Amino acid sequence: MDLVQMQKSLQDYTKSLFLEGVLDSQFLQLQQLQDESNPDFVSQVVTLFFQDSDRILNDLSLSLDQQVVDFKKVDPHVHQLKGSSSSIGAQRVKNACVVFRNFCEQQNVEACHRCLQQVKQEYYLVKNRLETLFKLEQQIVASGGMIPAMELGF
Amino acid sequence: MNSGSCSSLMEVGYDHHHHGHEELHVLAVDDNLIDRKLVEKLLKISSCKVTTAENAIRALEYLGLGDQNQHIDALTNNNLKVNLIITDYCMPGMTGFELLKKVKQESSNLKEVPVVIMSSENIPTRINKCLASGAQMFMQKPLKLSDVEKLKCHLMKCRS
Repeated sequence: MDLVQMQKSLQDYTKSLFLEGVLDSQFLQLQQLQDESNPDFVSQVVTLFFQDSDRILNDLSLSLDQQVVDFKKVDPHVHQLKGSSSSIGAQRVKNACVVFRNFCEQQNVEACHRCLQQVKQEYYLVKNRLETLFKLEQQIVASGGMIPAMELGF
Repeated sequence: MNSGSCSSLMEVGYDHHHHGHEELHVLAVDDNLIDRKLVEKLLKISSCKVTTAENAIRALEYLGLGDQNQHIDALTNNNLKVNLIITDYCMPGMTGFELLKKVKQESSNLKEVPVVIMSSENIPTRINKCLASGAQMFMQKPLKLSDVEKLKCHLMKCRS
């Protein structure tokens, strides 16, 4: 594939993530913070997000598996994940966290288990999509090309 | 890459140049690692010097209001002089609201330092409570570049 085709693929791929609601405009904000002096900013922050989220999801699984669920422990974790997913533009993860928190408030253990599954699903989805996006970017850069700016017209 | 945002970044840079002020030194407090990274970047891109703290206690220590009651006059020590505190509302232990009150209850010049509260939740009673206790501004998370630019313009006007 030539450079122009790769750049078009990246733009189409990114666009599809927005159209599917996997990412929202906050992700564009992140991209605006990236420049020549800090060309890996987005992938750095997203990597931090992955590491932090892996840890949180693990803690949540453990907390919900207890005989007696301590919601005072569960809720702050979901709050954290809601915050960080919102900050990087992972819209569906954030939305799943909002639902999760409502059930935490109601102390509904069964519903919380379902919510955790939903959050995990959305998280693995956005993780997979972003890893693909970064690979596409790396291919372009490796071929000597520039990452095209995101068109906001859609 | 993003020519739209470039020109507004240039404006912030020139603003700093025209007024001849030293850089704004901002103390940013947030328990969320990703949010700390973001707010730090947003502020640095807006030509601010940034110190981050992961909770209110650490922030108070930095300001010289730690438990040991070391009244290091933070405002005479150039390295520590903080022009703005921006803090998350929801933090474990001491909240951003409690931090705000501690700063505003100070008898030293520290009480003049503007404190901005950030929150992901848009709760009017929370916002009003913060403003009533002396918060400069309340900002909705997630923060955008335009939010920080507006904040900076507002602060620069207050200083001159």
